[in-house]
Amino acid sequence: MIRLPLALLFSAALFSVGVYGVLARRNAVMVLMAIELMLNAVNVNLVAFSQQLGQLVGQVFALFVIAVAAAEVGIGLAIVILLYRNRETINVDEVNLLRW
Amino acid sequence: MSGAEVAFVVLALVGVASAVRLVTARNVVHAALYLVVTLATVAGAYLVLAAEFVAWVQILIYVGAIVILFLFGLMLTKAPIGREALDNQQRGLAAVVGCLVLAGLVSLTLGAFPWGAPAGPVAPARTEDVGAAIFRHFVLPFEAVSFLLLAALIGAVVLARRDEGEGR
Repeated sequence: MIRLPLALLFSAALFSVGVYGVLARRNAVMVLMAIELMLNAVNVNLVAFSQQLGQLVGQVFALFVIAVAAAEVGIGLAIVILLYRNRETINVDEVNLLRW
Repeated sequence: MSGAEVAFVVLALVGVASAVRLVTARNVVHAALYLVVTLATVAGAYLVLAAEFVAWVQILIYVGAIVILFLFGLMLTKAPIGREALDNQQRGLAAVVGCLVLAGLVSLTLGAFPWGAPAGPVAPARTEDVGAAIFRHFVLPFEAVSFLLLAALIGAVVLARRDEGEGR
């Protein structure tokens, strides 16, 4: 059995690396990859609490999160490809048409 | 520390190291391969955490499908090579924010959850029980998720396909 803080620290490290990636990258696909890191951190937390509490609810939620992440990546990459087709760039800092 | 905990720590170190390489890589395809390593170590962590079914779903969906989608996205958008082309100007600020988030989460975690004594091994969760939990108590969320996936896939196809008669 893994003690809870160990798993939570792993998840915290993954999450903060994901936060850095989302903020520092300008390529939209890399931003999506960093978001995947953050979703994985949440899943690690859910599974760790599931093990700690001896209940399966956490694992079921982790499965739901994985399914939603798959949907998110599909839509996200479709938008990125559409963006590339229309603007010839996928740098998130150059897509500022709606910015004030 | 028990053997399982040692294995978990090793997996966590490898996973975090390759996650750091993922967000600092200069080549986008290398970044995708680092993503594979990170996702595989997270799957290993699930195995150590006695969640077998989630681990194999992680391998199938993430390593099998999502990374392939990412690679398709990278190939279709001709991503540039090099740190300046991939990172924006806020790298320093982003590093500060990342470190602050890490410090906050670590202090919260260590404050809220005491280490306690290491416990004995737990029996891995059986897939049968996970399935029973999904289809007995979580049928409605399950249907909602499946509908969401359907809507997302149709939306992705509609968004990404070329319209008829679009000038080339």
